[in-house]
Amino acid sequence: MENINLFVLLANWLRQWLEGVGASPDVIEVVMDVFGTVGALVFILLNALILVLLERKAAAFFQQRYGPNRWGPKGVFQTIFDSLKLLSKEDIIPKAVDKWVFKIAAYLIFIPAILVFAVIPFGEGMIISDLNIGIFYFVAVASTATLAFLMAGWGSNNKYSLIGGMRSVAQMVSYEIPLVFSLVGVVMLTGSMKMSAIVAAQTKVWFILPQFLAFLVYFIAGHAELNRGPFDMPEGEQEIVAGPYTEYSGMRWALFFLAEYANLVAVCSIATTMFLGGWNPIPGLGFLPIPTYVWFVLKVYFMIMLFMWTRWTFPRVRIDHLMHFGWKVLIPVSLVNILVTGIGIKIYQWMGW
Amino acid sequence: MIKTQEISINMGPQHPSTHGVFRCVLQLDGETVTNITNHTGYLHRGTEKLAEARTYTQVIPYTDRLDYIGAMLNNTGYVQTVEKLMGLEIPERAEYIRIILQELSRIANHMLFVGCYALDMAGFTGWMYTFRDRERVLDMLEMVCGSRMTFSFMRIGGVPEDLPEEFFPALRSFLDDFPKMIEEYNGLITGNEILQARSKGIGVLSKEMALAYGVTGPNLRASGVNYDVRKAEPYGIYDRFEFDVPVLENGDCFDRYYIRVLEMEQSARIIRQALEQIPEGPIMAKVPKVIKPPVGEAYHLVEGTKGLLGYYIVSDGSTKPYRLHIHSPSFVNLGVFPEISKGHNIQDTVLILASIDIVLGEVDR
Repeated sequence: MENINLFVLLANWLRQWLEGVGASPDVIEVVMDVFGTVGALVFILLNALILVLLERKAAAFFQQRYGPNRWGPKGVFQTIFDSLKLLSKEDIIPKAVDKWVFKIAAYLIFIPAILVFAVIPFGEGMIISDLNIGIFYFVAVASTATLAFLMAGWGSNNKYSLIGGMRSVAQMVSYEIPLVFSLVGVVMLTGSMKMSAIVAAQTKVWFILPQFLAFLVYFIAGHAELNRGPFDMPEGEQEIVAGPYTEYSGMRWALFFLAEYANLVAVCSIATTMFLGGWNPIPGLGFLPIPTYVWFVLKVYFMIMLFMWTRWTFPRVRIDHLMHFGWKVLIPVSLVNILVTGIGIKIYQWMGW
Repeated sequence: MIKTQEISINMGPQHPSTHGVFRCVLQLDGETVTNITNHTGYLHRGTEKLAEARTYTQVIPYTDRLDYIGAMLNNTGYVQTVEKLMGLEIPERAEYIRIILQELSRIANHMLFVGCYALDMAGFTGWMYTFRDRERVLDMLEMVCGSRMTFSFMRIGGVPEDLPEEFFPALRSFLDDFPKMIEEYNGLITGNEILQARSKGIGVLSKEMALAYGVTGPNLRASGVNYDVRKAEPYGIYDRFEFDVPVLENGDCFDRYYIRVLEMEQSARIIRQALEQIPEGPIMAKVPKVIKPPVGEAYHLVEGTKGLLGYYIVSDGSTKPYRLHIHSPSFVNLGVFPEISKGHNIQDTVLILASIDIVLGEVDR
């Protein structure tokens, strides 16, 4: 398994080449970061492209129909042509909107979606920035996406959008708490917030086993965080048309969806890292010549399929049910999980294992 | 001083879940609906007035466009009214064909309802499931008359054509698969926790209010009133079949939803009996070439898909009706919508509207 990682080899080669040329250490770091960011961006965009198709195909599968099947074999080029169509559409900015807020919200939503990829370990040694507070960074950055929703809802000068924006804030603020609490258990077990340390601690046992409750809480809160599935309150197509997206058109509208899918990948990546062993191979299958990043992507896509499964099975919950569930069920459950984990660790130490 | 402000928001005529061009103005306090005003008329085509300038036979296609989801029942209601006016006797086989097609149409309508109810809370998969099965019903109706929605199949005095050969095996296989479909809906839609949490106790329509507003059909029966025109005043040959009228007590959205599922089963039961009993024979009564009912008037009620569907025809002895009036259940049922939605969340409002099951072709006529 050692040193067969293509991307790490490429990075090492690049670093050596830069050193050979005689660049100063600072320049090397900057260049390496730029390349890492570009790599992550390519990863996000490629995933978004695949996910839009996958979502439609998965939905079709759950609903016993064909899904897109016109462009290319089995419709694989559907997303490409969809994107081309969206690019060629007129970017309508209604007269009465708050133009500055309206325009910037579409870009702002994309920023946290990209930023979180800085701390995601894609494979062995493949992490752009292995921060000491990696998971904390993820939580902090991801929660700022709320702001963009509120801006889009307010700036659109549309009552439907405003309701959607308000719902988004209420939902994200409430569900941020169980989401964070569910991650605390893992951090307690590892004793570190560093992503690489969390992955390294899972070589033998994945944290989904000792932290199953936390995994469930994370999975449910993740839906709310992503505005997907039964918790797609802000969008609420049946009641508030499209929520904050109502007034957007063309590529600006597509940016929201790009961000949604980027967030989906991010949340699933974090779930993989925290609970499914990160880029570690499935225990017992480590002898297979499969690179670590392939394991990682496989697990991420497994998580994504779970998310799609729930989305296409459950109807939408009501906003007050959602709040009750968040505050009265998820938060207590995640707190209990923290308590039990703490007691467990103490017993573990006391037994001297 | 800080105070909250109510906002009024326009739902429709273009809105994803107003089921057509229905418009209502919601007064919202936060997300709670404090008042609703109905605005209908966006699809008004003047069917009743148009009928005065058409011969009796030419009116039949207009009745399709009322409740275009269960058009067979509208056709039947109209031709039966004219037959009542003329005192016509309908051949046995034609009656049975009418029963089979009417009940198939009812099943198609209720399947659409069940799917739309799921869709109105974003249960897209439930919608696709019912549409998959509804397709089979529409295919069968297409075999019979070549059209999937606007059939114009019933004629004054009977039906124009006999059921085709391939119709019977298709119907039998559909009836065989039917219990499995219902089981699937119950598993995916009815049994869903979120659906139950969202629809139980929502939009409660009390027995008294339902009667006071003249609500009919499944909505009335969901409120605990046992009234079905097919049982109360049997028309056609409905008195020959054994079927139950499902009655539920609570009158909330869930009961209004679930009663449709139960009614579909009863419709299938009627079709099974009709298939066994259907005799050979003529399908058209002896009707004069030019239809001129005698001077007089007739009112006839049928149990439409949405409720009590009534046709009132006044004849002056000419080839055209002097006056045609249609009592449409959707319009009457819609009147109760603002009353039972007050105080609920905006999301529930959509659900209540879906549970009332309106079709705008019938509301606006």
